Amino acid sequence: MSIPDLGPLWLSLHLAAITTLLLLVLGTPLAWWLAQTRSRAKPVVEALTALPLVLPPTVLGFYLLILFSPSSTFGGFWLQTTGETLTFSFTGLVIASILYSLPFTVQPLQAAFESIGRAPLEAAASLRASPFDSFLTVAAPMAKRGFLTAMVLSFTHTLGEFGVVLMVGGNIPGKTKVISIAIYEHVETINYADAHVLSAILLVFSFVTLLLVYSLNRRFAHGGQA
Amino acid sequence: MLTLDVTHSYPGFQLRVQQALPSSGITALFGRSGSGKSTLLRVIAGLDAGAKGRVAWQNEVWQDSNHFTPPHKRGLGFVFQDTRLFPHLTVAQNLAYADTRAKGLPGPSLDAIIAALDLDPLMSRRPTTLSGGEASRAAIGRALLTRPRMLLMDEPLAALDEARKAEILPYLERLRDQIGTPMLYVSHNMAEVARLATHLMLIDAGRITHHGPIEALLSDPSIAHTLGVREAGSILCATLTAQDDDGLSQLTTSAGPLWLPQVTAPIGSRIRVRLLAQDVILSRSAPTGLSALNILPATVTDVRTGDGPGALVQLRAGDDLILARITRRSATALGLAVGTRCFAILKSVSVARGNIGTTPSNPPATL
Repeated sequence: MSIPDLGPLWLSLHLAAITTLLLLVLGTPLAWWLAQTRSRAKPVVEALTALPLVLPPTVLGFYLLILFSPSSTFGGFWLQTTGETLTFSFTGLVIASILYSLPFTVQPLQAAFESIGRAPLEAAASLRASPFDSFLTVAAPMAKRGFLTAMVLSFTHTLGEFGVVLMVGGNIPGKTKVISIAIYEHVETINYADAHVLSAILLVFSFVTLLLVYSLNRRFAHGGQA
Repeated sequence: MLTLDVTHSYPGFQLRVQQALPSSGITALFGRSGSGKSTLLRVIAGLDAGAKGRVAWQNEVWQDSNHFTPPHKRGLGFVFQDTRLFPHLTVAQNLAYADTRAKGLPGPSLDAIIAALDLDPLMSRRPTTLSGGEASRAAIGRALLTRPRMLLMDEPLAALDEARKAEILPYLERLRDQIGTPMLYVSHNMAEVARLATHLMLIDAGRITHHGPIEALLSDPSIAHTLGVREAGSILCATLTAQDDDGLSQLTTSAGPLWLPQVTAPIGSRIRVRLLAQDVILSRSAPTGLSALNILPATVTDVRTGDGPGALVQLRAGDDLILARITRRSATALGLAVGTRCFAILKSVSVARGNIGTTPSNPPATL
């Protein structure tokens, strides 16, 4: 059995890692806000955040394609400031993946923050901890299972991304040709051997990751965590 | 001094409190469930931002119409009913959480708190592995380590059974007498309040109905009905003077000696005894041939009769005030009126262990 070009695998891992990291930075404050707020805007924001769950990736991809196009305000602004177009670029893929995987970060984190409740934060405030201090030292450690779930789901979900990539990224080796696109291409060209190898890698990787998460969750649960 | 002029409303309830609170000793906030005790405590702490009005500590305004100091900047300690120890930290780390954020502030040292609350054996444990009483002690210690200007305690013992409560009360007395942090203590248990408090505030339906030094309030027959006549009882201050061979301890009160079963404290300790009004018998003449050991000469200072068959009699015995609950028929038969000289009789064994505690003999020392 020959080894297929593994470039798409590394590209996918790279994309998933960057997306997960950025989602953690962007999604944590959003999830925190959603868990704490009594604002009337909350259901609107929640619905918008959950939209990528139900929207066909092609629809999301279609709108992003229009947004990224240099003739649009955003796409034009991007071209002017960076000198690059967002369509068919790795940066464009990162932005698309962030939107596509947003609910997989925000929802587990929001649920984790909500399950902590106000009580431990009030306790922290009574111990002279500022809100930011109590977030870092109380809320975040108590929500570590939520963080783990959010990271793993976002990573694996981005890894398996197909429709959105096809719409905004196309199939440029080394730039936008991610593993799912490569598998699709191998199947289209009846190169089942390479499709098998790449699919098996993805299958095993996903299973091992999830296995690790569930084992860790079990250890947390037995470690006497609330 | 903490000054309050606040209102807080939610459907079916309104809190309206205009009150100055002493900034020393333990002030008990006593009232039935739903009277607004916990709400008032949360308003003081700044945990309930919906309240309107003014909250000020000395000259520092914490809340008025255009200013709100967030809870973490008020310098108050808070002991929650459900302890709220951080589950992801050990007891030692929970204590350190408070200690490191109060660096440089005056107050008891970490070691003093660990010793006073006997926390040493618990330090490496996680909160989920602690018993109710242990968790309470850790939570109280943690709150004290924020070096608070005042410690707010929201029924810290309510979740404990009687045995655990009896185990914690001496620790709280020790804190009151040794650490000296002023406390506002919410409770609906009169025995607990009578043991600990120096001041009493009664709250009913969101209003403070009475306040004052606890000895004065608890011996006031006009308030007894608010507290419930079964709970009515005065506080007697005494000095432990001897431990007799037969298991009785001799206490000296301003009105004479008193013998109670096994008061465990060093000779010379100041002891406070809660005498339930229903355990006090009155006699016009000095009784002889009676099994009761404790007979104190007293003068009637007030007689209150209600609609029922009972009467409440307030007496002065030395410097202390005693409350006796007798029948209206007896009060009439004995001809009790203000100024009547009589004898208050107390059966030694009727004073429950939980109604005997220590009381500060000197101004609270700072550790």
